[in-house]
Amino acid sequence: MSVSVKRESLEAMRTFDLATTPLRELNSALHTISPGANDTNFEVVNPRGSHSVAVGIDQPVVVDVHGSVGYYCAGMNDGGNVTVHGSAGPGVAENMMSGTVVIEGDASQYAGATGRGGLLVIKGNAASRCGISMKGIDIVVHGNIGHMSAFMGQSGHLVVLGNAGEALGDSIYEAKLFVRGEVKSLGADCIQKDMKPKHLKLLADLLEKAGVTDVKPEEFKRYGSARKLYNFNIDNAEAY
Amino acid sequence: MSYHNPYTPPRKSATFDDYTLAEIRRAAATGIYDIRGAGTKRKVPHFDDLLFLGASISRYPLEGYREKCDTSVVLGSRYAKKPIVLKTPITIAGMSFGALSGNAKEALGRGATIAGTSTTTGDGGMTDEERGHSQTLVYQYLPSRYGMNPKDLRRADAIEIVVGQGAKPGGGGMLLGQKISDRVANMRNLPKGIDQRSACRHPDWTGPDDLEIKIMELREITDWEKPIYVKVGGARPYYDTALAVKAGADVVVLDGMQGGTAATQDVFIENVGMPTLACIRPAVQALQDLGMHRKVQLIISGGIRSGADVAKALALGADAVAIGTAALVAIGDNDPHWEEEYQKLGTTAGAYDDWHEGKDPAGITTQDPELSKRLDPVAAGRRLANYLKVMTLEAQTIARACGKNHLHNLEPEDLVALTIEASAMAQVPLAGTSWIPGKGGF
Ligand SMILES: Cc1cc2nc3c(=O)[nH]c(=O)nc-3n(C[C@H](O)[C@H](O)[C@H](O)COP(=O)(O)O)c2cc1C
Repeated sequence: MSVSVKRESLEAMRTFDLATTPLRELNSALHTISPGANDTNFEVVNPRGSHSVAVGIDQPVVVDVHGSVGYYCAGMNDGGNVTVHGSAGPGVAENMMSGTVVIEGDASQYAGATGRGGLLVIKGNAASRCGISMKGIDIVVHGNIGHMSAFMGQSGHLVVLGNAGEALGDSIYEAKLFVRGEVKSLGADCIQKDMKPKHLKLLADLLEKAGVTDVKPEEFKRYGSARKLYNFNIDNAEAY
Repeated sequence: MSYHNPYTPPRKSATFDDYTLAEIRRAAATGIYDIRGAGTKRKVPHFDDLLFLGASISRYPLEGYREKCDTSVVLGSRYAKKPIVLKTPITIAGMSFGALSGNAKEALGRGATIAGTSTTTGDGGMTDEERGHSQTLVYQYLPSRYGMNPKDLRRADAIEIVVGQGAKPGGGGMLLGQKISDRVANMRNLPKGIDQRSACRHPDWTGPDDLEIKIMELREITDWEKPIYVKVGGARPYYDTALAVKAGADVVVLDGMQGGTAATQDVFIENVGMPTLACIRPAVQALQDLGMHRKVQLIISGGIRSGADVAKALALGADAVAIGTAALVAIGDNDPHWEEEYQKLGTTAGAYDDWHEGKDPAGITTQDPELSKRLDPVAAGRRLANYLKVMTLEAQTIARACGKNHLHNLEPEDLVALTIEASAMAQVPLAGTSWIPGKGGF
């Protein structure tokens, strides 16, 4: 799967100007697409930092947002392909189920929080808590990520081409983290792990899915859970 | 003259009583704090400390069994396109599948449905059984987001954003590894057998301003159909209620410290949060100050056991109540029938609270298939329905005696307090006086 999505036909494109149209109309239109419909291309202009743009998508629609969005853009996306030609506020693609969300600019805190599936690509940087409590989502960040990223990450993959901030992967479960640059510090129970051939393969696939061509899997280090805090033990109490 | 020292009985310390001493020894022996289920066991001012006055010359009563006393309640009328209408204001509180067996969840759904009320999911997500057996199902949106997905959000009748719980305001949860079956593990996207922590804060919002945006997102996802509740533990009821209203909640759920939990540290259950009785008036005051009383509904929980408790909560200004522990007891929790087995677990019927260990003889707080089978969801559902109906009748009996043709017409003026503490907390006069501590200058 590639993130550049081909449009069926230009006639079918529907444009929502959020400077003049209430957000409700956009989301409502996105929710009333019937399976197999062909009017599945949407364009959003003048988002001007609106919150909850294109949330709750449950069909394979294509949404292009021209400008920057506020909180929770593409929240709970299930099958949609959303591209933000700008930056995204907190919680972009939170709890995504499936589909693809691409942010051309930067993303604020909690990008991809609790995501269960699908692919989130951030072409700029992501702020703190990127991939917090992730539950199966794949996140690829071209730039750097902030502190406490992948906190309590349960499953899925977080790939960072740049650097990671403090306490990466704190209290992590089974999520897999790949960082190409520096990691400021690792959080509780997160350790560096060997890059085995199967991980290189996995990472190569993720990079390809995200359309990243100019870096090699060998340039990354892998991080994950030491699994020491999985069952409570009083002698580990200082770790928290 | 010889002096004989008369016998003095051994004296135990009130501070270091037997229980306290045993706890010190237990901590020293095990190196771990006590985790348990249920709510606070200490005595705190409660509904028992209030009495209704009934009718007299100035107020006439309504005829029992003849004159109507309505019990219906509408929840979520502020913004939701599809508010919830219940026949009784007694709802079933959120309890997770994981903490409870599938059969127990089914029984709660069945009982609530017969009685015309709602039931609520919990940490761990929604199961098909509970959706199928609950006519009205509230879907909890918790910090852990275990099992959260948009399909279940859409098939719910209301959404409850959980900020806190009375048993542990500010605390997260822990489902110990031994209770994690394949199904529970799968619903929570975690490997089997490991302790599952439930976060204490939401991962993608903090504070009232974010909450407002989060509520808006959930409304947009569900096309403004579902009522959105916000549940808070009894900590700062005036401000929490005001902030929830400001953030756009349709319903505020306020859970006092007696509220049950599936598994929390005993030290937390016993020492954090305010008694239910102390929470209601400040919350109602906040609603009144904002002109939102009865527009944003208030659901009170934490230690509700009888129709009298329901009537008292409503008289203090609540619109509805929620029950957790009492519902479990109604379906068979801590039943003396299993005494022999409770003894084997080192406890006794009525005191069993190791709900997190998954060994519940009654088959309720367990994922063990053999134990779960002991609970017949149909019969248990019937017991819950009976209990809900009795509570509703009891509340009606009291309301009629106070001359009220709707439970919501009960008011603080119908109440007096038995103790100074209860009088101060409930802001009703000490019985036989016109004194409310803290009001009128002293
Ligand atoms: C076994 C059990 C599990 C619970 N699980 C949850 C939960 O998942 N989410 C939640 O908000 N509250 C949970 N609670 C708290 C209840 O929703 C409710 O606040 C409390 O039980 C009300 O007090 P009561 O038990 O005195 O009626 C649980 C309570 C019990 C007893």
